[in-house]
Amino acid sequence: MPNERYNLNKELAQMLKGGVIMDVTTPEQAKIAEKAGACAVMALERIPADIRAAGGVSRMSDPNMIRGIQNAVSIPVMAKCRIGHFAEAQILEAIEIDYIDESEVLSPADDVYHIDKTKFKVPFVCGAKDLGEALRRINEGASMIRTKGEPGTGDVVQAVRHMRMLQSEIRRLKSISEDELYDAAKQLQVPYDLVLYVHENGRLPVVNFAAGGVATPADAALMMQLGAEGVFVGSGIFKSGNPEKRAAAIVKAVTNYNDPKMLAELSEDLGEAMVGINESEIELLMAERGK
Amino acid sequence: MNIGVLAVQGAFAEHVSMLEKMNVASFEIRKKSDLDKHFDGLILPGGESTVMGKLLIDLDMLSLIRDYINNGMPVFGTCAGMILLAKKIEDTKASHIATMDITVMRNAYGRQLGSFNAVSEFLNERINMPFIRAPYIKTVGSEVKVLTAIDGKIVAAQQNNQLAVAFHPELTEETAVHEHFLNIIKKKINLTNAN
Repeated sequence: MPNERYNLNKELAQMLKGGVIMDVTTPEQAKIAEKAGACAVMALERIPADIRAAGGVSRMSDPNMIRGIQNAVSIPVMAKCRIGHFAEAQILEAIEIDYIDESEVLSPADDVYHIDKTKFKVPFVCGAKDLGEALRRINEGASMIRTKGEPGTGDVVQAVRHMRMLQSEIRRLKSISEDELYDAAKQLQVPYDLVLYVHENGRLPVVNFAAGGVATPADAALMMQLGAEGVFVGSGIFKSGNPEKRAAAIVKAVTNYNDPKMLAELSEDLGEAMVGINESEIELLMAERGK
Repeated sequence: MNIGVLAVQGAFAEHVSMLEKMNVASFEIRKKSDLDKHFDGLILPGGESTVMGKLLIDLDMLSLIRDYINNGMPVFGTCAGMILLAKKIEDTKASHIATMDITVMRNAYGRQLGSFNAVSEFLNERINMPFIRAPYIKTVGSEVKVLTAIDGKIVAAQQNNQLAVAFHPELTEETAVHEHFLNIIKKKINLTNAN
């Protein structure tokens, strides 16, 4: 893969920082999201909460539906393909998607291999629960990482767990001595050069967002304070009482995540949040897909 | 010298670390009260112009920033920052700060597959220019000086205290564009002191 393309793809993720990426299922929702201040939208047929409710196999969305959303907004448009389903990814590249999410929200197409993302010109974002997963995805060519969280639940606990795990493992790598990095690479099951990068820079080599279960401005602020560089909001917006107001409030909360007074104002009168399912009440843990 | 970097969304951290590398103090502007601090220049970073434009209104900063710039505050916009400065945005009625006499075209090179790196001249220096879903300037007013054009498309321009580029010098190791901006600031400080 030409390095230049990979750099441009990492750089697009840098432009999304401090922003909110919202799940949308129609051009109308995409317009609402853009107006509310989304820095990108994720085009999909069903939001995670509905995928969870419907069960069965969930796949890449209809390209025509994605095109409708591309035509409706000027911000970047992302779309999901199944883990390991490189043919779906090729289709998304063919319609010039701005970012592909190789996502555990959809049913995995391959239970061993992820997509070799170095074969693509379009960028990929992938989910991770810990540093090993994050660096394996980056090694495969992902140019952006997000926590897996537990999509479609409105329960932020898993996103918090994954972000804390990632940050604490980064801090550990940063502090160990150089001759210990070889064994760290072995333990994490990742190449040495990526381990060395984290050791020297104290961060992932790509942008890292929070995702999965974010439903309120406070959730978004929590994830930002835990080290996220931006936030994906899936079901949390269009499953709530007042999507426009909630979306705009979450956007502002991500900008001023360190200002409790402003967060208090933003949290007022938002209407009903998505009902949510507690993580202990669900049978399917999407975060366990693809490691 | 202290520089305010608009930090409501986007790649503001990259500008901050570029300034750090050049030993220039800076701070982030996230809300209205941040504009009370003293600053000698303002940077509008890359990101999504629709997001930043909306947040400037929601956070009640738009007219304050516009006044600062109209009163001579040196300002430097990259990519989305350039769109914020433009008086006219092609194919839409919307504009944001709208202090610079340029008409810009958003996503002018297409989607992410159209993003590219160029090497071209900025004030007699050849530098790397990453264009990420970039805009370019379609037309400029009489007071605007074109600094760089690539394939006939204007990608860097200056109107007195306002500097706008379509690419991202903050993502490279080269400091030429930032240095030019610091020179605009220094000139203004010297002028103020002389008076």
